Amino acid sequence: MFEQLQTRLGTVFTRLRGRGTLSAEDVDVALREIRLALLEADVNVKVARDFIARVREAAVGQEIWKSLNPGHQVVQIVHSELTRLLGEAHRGLVAAPKPPTVILLVGLHGTGKTTTAGKLALHLKKQGRHPLLAAADLSRPAAVRQLEIVGQRAGVPVVSPEGGEDAVALARRALARCRELPGDTLVVDSAGRLHIDEELVAELARVREAISPHYTLLVLDAMAGQDAVRMAEGFHRAVPLDGLILTKLDGDARGGAALSIVATLGRPILFIGTGERLEALEPFHPDRIASRILGMGDVLTLIERAQEQVTAEQAKELERKLRRAEFTLEDFTQQLRQVRAMGPLDQVLAMIPGVGSRVRGMDVDERQLGRIEAMINSMTPQERRHPEIIDGSRRRRIARGSGTSVQDVNRLLRQFQEARRMLRHIETLGRRKGKFPMPFQQP
Amino acid sequence: MDPMSPESRDPETPRGPRRPPPGAERGPAPGAQAPEAPRPGPERGGGWLGRFREGLARTRQALGTRLDELFGRPLDETFYEDLEETLLAADLGAGTTEAVIARLRERARAGIRTPDALRRALAEILVAILGEPAPLHLSPAPAVIVVLGVNGSGKTTTIGKLAHRFRREGRKVLLAAADTFRAAAIEQLEIWGQRAGVEVVRHAEGSDPAAVVYDAIQAMHARHVDVLIVDTAGRLHTKANLMEELRKLDRVVRREAPGAPVESLLVLDATTGQNGIAQARRFQAALPLSGIVLAKLDGTARGGIAVAIADALRLPVKLVGLGEHIDDLQPFDPRAFAEALLTPAGATSPRAS
Repeated sequence: MFEQLQTRLGTVFTRLRGRGTLSAEDVDVALREIRLALLEADVNVKVARDFIARVREAAVGQEIWKSLNPGHQVVQIVHSELTRLLGEAHRGLVAAPKPPTVILLVGLHGTGKTTTAGKLALHLKKQGRHPLLAAADLSRPAAVRQLEIVGQRAGVPVVSPEGGEDAVALARRALARCRELPGDTLVVDSAGRLHIDEELVAELARVREAISPHYTLLVLDAMAGQDAVRMAEGFHRAVPLDGLILTKLDGDARGGAALSIVATLGRPILFIGTGERLEALEPFHPDRIASRILGMGDVLTLIERAQEQVTAEQAKELERKLRRAEFTLEDFTQQLRQVRAMGPLDQVLAMIPGVGSRVRGMDVDERQLGRIEAMINSMTPQERRHPEIIDGSRRRRIARGSGTSVQDVNRLLRQFQEARRMLRHIETLGRRKGKFPMPFQQP
Repeated sequence: MDPMSPESRDPETPRGPRRPPPGAERGPAPGAQAPEAPRPGPERGGGWLGRFREGLARTRQALGTRLDELFGRPLDETFYEDLEETLLAADLGAGTTEAVIARLRERARAGIRTPDALRRALAEILVAILGEPAPLHLSPAPAVIVVLGVNGSGKTTTIGKLAHRFRREGRKVLLAAADTFRAAAIEQLEIWGQRAGVEVVRHAEGSDPAAVVYDAIQAMHARHVDVLIVDTAGRLHTKANLMEELRKLDRVVRREAPGAPVESLLVLDATTGQNGIAQARRFQAALPLSGIVLAKLDGTARGGIAVAIADALRLPVKLVGLGEHIDDLQPFDPRAFAEALLTPAGATSPRAS
């Protein structure tokens, strides 16, 4: 996996350290590790080969093999090459000069087109636009119904097929409807199809002709393998693509196929899907994803999400309390809630540099947090502020009230005391750069 | 004051049961696995291999042609490098590819020279990894098939095809709509049920999947059903709470249908890359999988991830899905698969659209 790349390279270079300049063979060993990491992330074989060639070139140019810490420098080069490959800056959807802006979603079966259509509509609506959804998947059973439900949840109107309409007629009518509403953006869902199914691909081309979309977006499953490039090329021939939406990135798939398609077609990734909730659609930031791919954390997204949840005053107040070691269990619940509001815990943790590779593939059990919250909720305000008053009988009551055991309560209190002691310790050390303790980790 | 605010609209929080079925926590029934009874596997012969090859024709075009060029060449390092790239491009993954090539080198050292012999050796190596054909074990009736997989892998479609197939074989089939989460998933299953002419046990959207399964198993007993097929919600294997939900569902099945044969099938999209191994591993950790259904093998993807999974987990592929038609589900034959992968493109004419 990608997140192991640094570790892998580290091992290679530790072995080589102290040998002075590195030979061409040493370089090959390092590049082979990079290649393996790319392949395990489903980067296309040919794309990986070209990528390695470019990294080799860049590395030779910088004579990094003679430097003190070649491993670190190689990762830097790989990171900048990855970012370059993914496209430099974030590109959003630009509204057409003459509305409505028309977006057509295409892709294989089961990549997440219908869900993404709903997410996209909600995203646009939040931006103050007036989207309309068109349910042009007439093949999969209940797909129209699914989009109707999703549209209802997003609060966006849906145009569904009427009396024997085909996808082309429906798309055309939806566009007309969008003009008369008036809506400013039309999002058209389409049936999943194989890129080699000539009949269905031709139908897609007719839909495209009928509505002239400003954006034809390929919806790609992050779990896709080596064939993704061929598939994307197939779609691109029939309906020229303007970009990609990468779905199901909340799992542990690395999405190397998306990188391959971007490299091959030169079309950007616009959005990523990161969960089943309708809100789980994020703009794509190449540099951030490159970091995530390399296990370097995604601090910017983390900060953005935190900012959505915490006001400046709240942050200031918390800092004051931390510094004066007045941090109570009450503050802690509030923190806990804010962290949870930022998204599923494993995702949040994965964005922290240095933590990402450790939590990847690990079960982060959200219910542990729920248990902690239940215990704190079972305490009186007095107990939360002064946990030292919690004696044996109070512990039994809290355990009963929260459906946990006295041992659980003991552990929570012990860990809280430790955390508080550490905070005090940090305070005496002053605001020195260091690792913030991670309190309340349940074994 | 901190009123607990259950964020139940957020599907990322545990989709816990609202009301467990009676006695849901009594634990798994011991000895739930039925002894193997002889039964005819899904029918073979006839047009089986033809259909299989037909679906794989494009796979062969891609892989077979390249291999054909390869096998005409001397066995130097370039040969092995090209073979490596070819196998990687079929999604076999770096580890399995390396193992396959190491074994092939051994055979070559033992004296294989002709391209044909080499091709046969390669096919044998793949077959050895894939294992013997693994038919579904459904007798004695009633049997339960639980269909699992990540979102969009093709579970509901597979169930529709399975139901149709069993009906045609004269079995009484019942479907359980235990995907109570995704919008319109229940309707989707009901449409497949109508097409196949089988009944569907359903609850309201958002209800407890284990409760649906509980009711479905009671109905299975009451209506003398031969095969109960359970549709489950798509879930990413990294979500601990959703995997826990599966564990519970499995417990209910084994307790309420003690001794009944249970097939827990993981539906895998044939276009899946190396993440398929993680999927199989994590689902396997949640409940005992009995095999894999390789869906959507009618594209240009080679489904080599099935080889990688067999190599890593010894999990057999039981069925392959070759298209959107209700008849397009076939038993998996490792040898046919391996040979089809390696046969030159000219051997069968590619499927006409």
